[in-house]
Amino acid sequence: MTYALLISVFVIATCGLVYELIAGTLASYLLGDSVTQFSTIIGTYLFSMGMGSYLSRHIGKGLIGKFIQIELFVGILGGSSASVLFLVFSYLGTFKLILYFLVVLVGILVGLEIPLLLRILKARLQFKDLVSQVLTFDYLGALVASLLFPVFLAPKLGLVRTCFLFGLINALVAAWTAWLFREQLPQVKWIRAECGAVTLLLLLGFVYANQITALAEESLYSDEIVFAKSSPYQRIVLTRWKDDLRLFLNGHLQFSSRDEYRYHEALVHPGLQSIANPRTVLVLGGGDGLAVREILKHPSIEAVTLVDLDPEVTGLFRSNPILRQLNQDSLNSSKTKIINADAFVWLEQNPACYDFVVVDFPDPTNHSLGKLYTTAFYRLLHKHLAENGAAVIQSTSPLFARQSFWCIVRTLESVGLRATPYHTYVPSFGEWGFVIASKQTYIPPGSYLENLKFLTADTAAGLFHFPKDMHPVDVEINRLNNQVLVQYYESEWRQVTQ
Amino acid sequence: MNRRQFLLTSAGLVCVGEICSCISHRHEAPFSGSILGASHNIGHLLREGKVPAATQERKVPVVIVGGGISGLSAGWKLDKAGFGEFEILELESEIGGNSRFGENQVSPYPWGAHYVPIPTKESRAVRELFEELGVIQGYTSSGQPIFEEKYLCSSPQERLYIHGRWQEGLLPLVGVTQRDLDQYERFRALVAHYKGHRGRDGRKAFCIPMELSSQDKELVALDQLSFSDFLHNEGFDSVPLNWYMNYACRDDYGCTMADVSAWAGMHYFASRDGGAGELEDSTVLTWPEGNGWIVKQLRKKLQSHVTTDALVFLIDCAPQRVTVDIYHPKENVSTRIVARDVIFACPKHLVKYIITAARSSSTQYLNEFQYAPWLVANLTLKSFPVARTGTPIAWDNVIYDSESLGYVVATHQSLRTHLPQTVFTYYYPLTGTSPTEERNRLLQTTWQTWADFILKDLSKPHPEIFALVSHLDVFRWGHAMVRPRPGFVWGRARRKAAENLDHLYFAHSDLSGFSIFEEAQYRGVLAAEHILGKYRIPFSSSL
Repeated sequence: MTYALLISVFVIATCGLVYELIAGTLASYLLGDSVTQFSTIIGTYLFSMGMGSYLSRHIGKGLIGKFIQIELFVGILGGSSASVLFLVFSYLGTFKLILYFLVVLVGILVGLEIPLLLRILKARLQFKDLVSQVLTFDYLGALVASLLFPVFLAPKLGLVRTCFLFGLINALVAAWTAWLFREQLPQVKWIRAECGAVTLLLLLGFVYANQITALAEESLYSDEIVFAKSSPYQRIVLTRWKDDLRLFLNGHLQFSSRDEYRYHEALVHPGLQSIANPRTVLVLGGGDGLAVREILKHPSIEAVTLVDLDPEVTGLFRSNPILRQLNQDSLNSSKTKIINADAFVWLEQNPACYDFVVVDFPDPTNHSLGKLYTTAFYRLLHKHLAENGAAVIQSTSPLFARQSFWCIVRTLESVGLRATPYHTYVPSFGEWGFVIASKQTYIPPGSYLENLKFLTADTAAGLFHFPKDMHPVDVEINRLNNQVLVQYYESEWRQVTQ
Repeated sequence: MNRRQFLLTSAGLVCVGEICSCISHRHEAPFSGSILGASHNIGHLLREGKVPAATQERKVPVVIVGGGISGLSAGWKLDKAGFGEFEILELESEIGGNSRFGENQVSPYPWGAHYVPIPTKESRAVRELFEELGVIQGYTSSGQPIFEEKYLCSSPQERLYIHGRWQEGLLPLVGVTQRDLDQYERFRALVAHYKGHRGRDGRKAFCIPMELSSQDKELVALDQLSFSDFLHNEGFDSVPLNWYMNYACRDDYGCTMADVSAWAGMHYFASRDGGAGELEDSTVLTWPEGNGWIVKQLRKKLQSHVTTDALVFLIDCAPQRVTVDIYHPKENVSTRIVARDVIFACPKHLVKYIITAARSSSTQYLNEFQYAPWLVANLTLKSFPVARTGTPIAWDNVIYDSESLGYVVATHQSLRTHLPQTVFTYYYPLTGTSPTEERNRLLQTTWQTWADFILKDLSKPHPEIFALVSHLDVFRWGHAMVRPRPGFVWGRARRKAAENLDHLYFAHSDLSGFSIFEEAQYRGVLAAEHILGKYRIPFSSSL
């Protein structure tokens, strides 16, 4: 019996430290600044344990029954703390308050445990043995928890599951204690039922932990989600608020239906309008069909080839009625041919030349995407341009990512293309940049199509002027073997978002 | 059992079942694989002499024994000079030697050598080959080669897992002191000094090909010293610096810096000076299948001259002709070729089993050729490991506290933006005890034990690796590369081994004292040019 209780000390000490570690990890994960978060969480937790120890004097009769009840409380509160905090962070604004409230509550309950156990064990051991053994097992448990947590629990099980697992262990300690003392306890049946209910709840939490996490993430989008699907390539989420439709890929905004016309008109027409009688167009990326919509406004166009990696995206924009209205069914046009392939590899394997090429890739956020902005890629692009043709490259923001923008310009120039940079304002994106790349000198068009919402010849001239804060800067050329653009981009956008 | 109990029990059972399935999904990740490797059994037939006598006989003017880089390069040179009457004999089913490669539905991958540093000015044959293969696309006005960008190793090239995080580059930067950094700087200065240094004979101190290095006594004397003693004498005692030096020796020579001569150790750092313009000296050329890509290109040119599954077991030199006896294990017959000249492009340790002249004369010097055993594994992964803190996944990924050299990502050079699966090539030189003991360990250890060893090592940076592996093949190289021990590189044995006989020419990187692509190619081309000269066939030298 004594050893059984000492093992309980060991187990609850492990549980107690795990809750503390989870709260600290979650806080630094969600709020950042890990030193501050960990430090304040540990302080608060230890202080609350002290309060628990102080309060333990007020517990008089029915020690064992109270101990069991406290274990069950710790199990429920501690066990569900990670999921509660995740959900609170996603749905409510008062994360910190609830975080510290939970830490205090769990701390108090954990603080009650050891004094109560000391008192239960008092009759069975001499004072010096009692203190030495209980504290030994207490600290041992702490050691095990602190080793297990970073090495095994957090990476293998994840925070939410780990939390439920230890809640379960607390509940099992309660059930075990109830069994050990079954003859001394009044209302054993009632206690057993409590233990069973708590265990079941925590088990359910453990099993459905993934769904809880998913629920928390969904709510990070501010508007109502009308479509969400994970393709092998990315997470596609479409949101809607009143008449504003927004597409997110892996959480990055692709367009807002309120102002996308600004982006897509600016992307397509300055380049395309400058070409006499364009017939064939290649679009790389742009699976939403919005660039194709603009291209098809030019009557001379005979064929548009769209190469986009993800069949889920092109499929969605070919079938969803609202989206087909938005892209004016451009992806179902008889002139449009859709190819789902990796653009770089496809371009290497296909020899055709095009009058106009739209390069609308995601920003160079990682080394894989960075390859699509290198000299190697632009040399390939050069080979696919007709002699009088042109290409346009979406080139991130010349205001927020000035080095990145001019790096793209210089890289295009380094492979023998003439680069003509320009920019426009898209409210949902901010100041945005593009570069026209051509074999001949680019001459801006004298007029634009009548049916555009944004571009006219007299205002378009302004796109090519760069105010002082977007002037060229000295940059290196982006190559496969240096990938400087990824570094520029990362450092520049980090400054903006922090 | 009443209704309530029944419901509770079934709910409990469902939960327990779900938990079990959750846990078992994580831990039960069976994967397939096997042991591959040089044909030890057939090779051992050589020693035992248990092969049938040759029955058929045919005539081939020039026979090249060995289809590794050296033998293929000899063939390349003969072919270029318009001489087509030669045959390359390869023991294995695939040519390539240390540059062999494999391929699966995910990617091609190397089984050995996996890169070539950008060639030095003196590596003329390498430059010539690379021009032919489109690796070098032209030269700048100042004479610097312009490389095809997709063959240059993409960024990030290297990263090191140290103290729980990935850092860029292999020289440790995490947790080092100012004293370490000072020593790094001093070593850098030493390397820079040797790069620019010329001996009293006017030659570069350390050159690739190594035969063109200075013979200045002071420099050659470095060969008598071990690299670790040399570093100690020079006052380099920084632990991370010494780790890096030792890593470099294991990586290039398959042995620790105590077993590498100081000359060879410095050669590794000071000979690679091919960098120019925006390219650094440390830039390398690489392909998904490693140097197997070069083998593929050479194979296209030389296909009609190659015979595989052909074990040469006897070479007999008569005054006017050489007979080459070949065992064909697939047909279990032996044949004989009567040749005018033979290029022996095999490791030196085979000489005493094959060449009759060597059997009768003293072969004591051949014992100086010692070989490092290596293990290479290719792991097919269902997905990339999760990116944790630090530098994202690089081409070469090294683990600080590991006996292995870490892994190279076979798909690193891919131009795709989305790679669902990948192949990691894991390198492990067995440097523990003596080469013989380690070789026995290599051959006696089971696939399962190797697989466990590799995954345990890789789980340090990637705890989830076990669940990601779908296939794991292990390749055993009993005699992977010759060891440039102190006294060996500029010693008598190596020089003697390079001496040609009347109709027998030697070619192999063994003759240079260490196994790198440039040396293997140099030795092959050199042998071919000897023969072309003898036959009075006009050619312009590639060397």
